[in-house]
Amino acid sequence: MHYKVLYMDDKHLYDEISSIRLLMERSTKFISLSGLSGVMAGIYALTGAGIAYKLLYISDKTEVYRIYYGNLPMQLFGIASAVLALSIATGIWLTILKAKRKALSVWNQSSKLLLLNGIVPLLTGGGFVLILLYQEYYGLIAPTCLIFYGLTLVAASQYTYGDVKWLGICEIGLGLLSTIIPGYGLAFWAIGFGVLHILYGTVMHFKYDRENSTK
Amino acid sequence: MKIALSNFDKAFENRIRLQIMSVLVANDSYDFNSLKELLDVTDGNLASHLKALEKEEYITVNKSFLGRKPNTRYMASVKGISAFKKHLESLENLIKQQKS
Repeated sequence: MHYKVLYMDDKHLYDEISSIRLLMERSTKFISLSGLSGVMAGIYALTGAGIAYKLLYISDKTEVYRIYYGNLPMQLFGIASAVLALSIATGIWLTILKAKRKALSVWNQSSKLLLLNGIVPLLTGGGFVLILLYQEYYGLIAPTCLIFYGLTLVAASQYTYGDVKWLGICEIGLGLLSTIIPGYGLAFWAIGFGVLHILYGTVMHFKYDRENSTK
Repeated sequence: MKIALSNFDKAFENRIRLQIMSVLVANDSYDFNSLKELLDVTDGNLASHLKALEKEEYITVNKSFLGRKPNTRYMASVKGISAFKKHLESLENLIKQQKS
């Protein structure tokens, strides 16, 4: 009898503590971000980079030539915008699905803080890239995208999974490296937005999404 | 056992009150509707527990309007945060005692 009471107390105690932990985390962090949307964004980025490569380089059987012509920058800009729009749309869609599955709301205090903290570096970067495009500093566009995207992730990561911060730091490092080694902007862009997103999305999917859906 | 229980806060005996406090300690402030959704409780239930915490001066209330909608935000007071910490310590002590 005595043991039973103690056991009940014990269980109650652990329940209490785990509910505190869960609520502190759930109220401060947005946990509905979908890992799969990272993978999709990576695939869009790689496809975009592939098309850009085709436009940039004309190859015959023996050699590859890099060419520039009139409206090429605008075409590349169009591809990048399409990749961005598709990624955002897929991200929002999959995140809403995940939130619904876990019976959480998408538009809550933590998602608002997430956007609020990410939007300043993101818009600054976007504006800066448009200025670079206008001033025809094409070589700096890829590194700038990577660096500002990385800064956005680091700033927003406080309100979601900590893993996002590491993705951000990798993007910033890649951006800096891309500035040191000019001429490979497209390759760095493809690694940063394509390969890293797929890697990150896969890790997130297996770390958080799958584990939750089996419960 | 009795030493640990002396720090046990009566105000936090109720699970929902403890949960409200956890959310308010982790965030600068939180509004009524978000709390309701997060804790999955009814309006009346949440309101009565918030009143109890307010009476203990563990939380402060800030009423304002967003357009026409009332927006009530709650914050943990200094007194509330220290009470919450003490309560957690006593839970910790209980676990330590049970392990030894």
